Amino acid sequence: MEKFSGKIWVLGDDIDTDIIIPTEYLALKTVNDMAPYAFSPLRPELAGQIKEGDIIVAGKNFGCGSSREQAPEIIKALGVKCVIAKSFARIFFRNSINNGLLLIENAQLRDVVSEGDQVTVTLNQSIEHNGNQYEIAALPQNLMDIINAGGLVKAMRKLNGLD
Amino acid sequence: MGMTMAEKIIAAAAGVSEVKPGDIHTVELDRLMSNDGTTHLTIDMYNKLKNPHIADVNKLVWIVDHNVPCDSVKTAASHKKMRDFAKANGIKFYEGAGVCHQVMMENHVTAGELIFGADSHTCAYGAVGAFGTGVGCTDYLYAMVTGKSWLLVPETLRFNLTGKLPEGVYARDLILTIIGQIGANGANYAAMEFGGEGLKTLDMSSRIAMCNLCVEAGAKTALMEVDQITLDYLKEHGREPKHSFKSDDDAKFAKVYDIDLSTIKPIVAKPHFVDSVVDAKECVGTHIDEAFLGSCNNGRIEDLRAGAAVIKGKKVHPLVRFLVVPASAAVYKQALKEGLLQIFMDAGAIVMNPNCSVCWGSCQGVIGENEVLISTGTRNFKGRAGHKDSFVYLASAATVTASAIKGEIATADMV
Repeated sequence: MEKFSGKIWVLGDDIDTDIIIPTEYLALKTVNDMAPYAFSPLRPELAGQIKEGDIIVAGKNFGCGSSREQAPEIIKALGVKCVIAKSFARIFFRNSINNGLLLIENAQLRDVVSEGDQVTVTLNQSIEHNGNQYEIAALPQNLMDIINAGGLVKAMRKLNGLD
Repeated sequence: MGMTMAEKIIAAAAGVSEVKPGDIHTVELDRLMSNDGTTHLTIDMYNKLKNPHIADVNKLVWIVDHNVPCDSVKTAASHKKMRDFAKANGIKFYEGAGVCHQVMMENHVTAGELIFGADSHTCAYGAVGAFGTGVGCTDYLYAMVTGKSWLLVPETLRFNLTGKLPEGVYARDLILTIIGQIGANGANYAAMEFGGEGLKTLDMSSRIAMCNLCVEAGAKTALMEVDQITLDYLKEHGREPKHSFKSDDDAKFAKVYDIDLSTIKPIVAKPHFVDSVVDAKECVGTHIDEAFLGSCNNGRIEDLRAGAAVIKGKKVHPLVRFLVVPASAAVYKQALKEGLLQIFMDAGAIVMNPNCSVCWGSCQGVIGENEVLISTGTRNFKGRAGHKDSFVYLASAATVTASAIKGEIATADMV
């Protein structure tokens, strides 16, 4: 079972897509151009602090709001390994899988962690923090295939023998 | 076992006799709407496919509404990409005709259809009993190429409406009240279904305003029972229903809410969450810099009439910009005919062409640092209308207009 550890950044409830990427930056050419402005209405310094392999831990309804697909793309572009939240808004959930961003639902973790802590995720099984284990649900294999391929379009290309 | 409206539409689109919440089905889609928010991204991905093709071009409707007319060289390039692709592939294309959901309601959507829109407020189509749901551009691309997609059958929250809204209280107050009651994720992954005797007192414009905002409670879709008002609206627009579904008497609802419309009051949603609702009276006196009457939620002729009735013969406060943005060209022409635009302009309002405007914080009317907007738009998220340190209050057309006159939040009975 795949296992990874990462440093966490902690956010609150209802982190909406305008927080993840404000409208004014959507006209920039690529998601890499937009990434420095991620979360800027809330924490302008955060995008610069996030390092490859870090993990975001948030409250309920993460990703609520617009269907803008740049939101999960940017989180991925920042190098975030996965987002663990109490719950996710549904359009964001689908968009994340379609762009190869791993999302994990867990109701307890957010309330016991502090920013900068380390957590270890055993995929589709559990999260470990400070010696405590938190169970997580397994994603079906077809969704894992899409995430592992890096998104739906890449998964389809792979399936059709193009990549 | 009986089925809900959402379940019946999915069953029909999946070609099966029965579905239940939690099932995942492959469905045939009736219509695919996309706008200039993300269509350029869809085209980029489409062009990377091997031998790409569109499953059924007649299902596609593309609408330039978010930044129309375009506001920058970058946007011009993205619009051109969309326009050229639509032309080359024979896709139904609108530019300047209005906000996408209003254009869809006026020209395309009918009862019983299953529609994907690359825009979160696609749930508006439930006003005529269609299952509309917002998706991202990758899901849109897949549906465009295959004509199909997969859907998880949602649970349904049923809202039984009784009574009638009091004078001076609008559908927008009602839906904000409901969102406040169930919370910003109170309907996450679920369908919100509205029915009951109270629904019959709500006209089509009110129904669109309600369904449109259900995504702010996290809903996958919103659906209203098909009745005479629906059928009359469709007929008036030259359309027949595909299916006139109603939930079965023994359909299973995850939760049932009873809402007495006569108890609803003018409401304001405070910054920065749509479910942060209070009685409008609690916000009276709050300073504002700008007021916005428009959007797919509240820019129809009925909303302009409500605003015009409040401001007729009065003036916009000298320190307030009051933007009036009809939701479509059809609404604009009707307002012109009824003399409503004259009333707004005489009062000192800025009347603009149909577009998404400040509701999505681009194009026109964005607000600066520490500024306050009162809006009939869809969202009041932090930074939504411009500067990250600015503030948006959501309210009805009447409350927004009254506030524009006073220069601070006010209800219509105060002006």
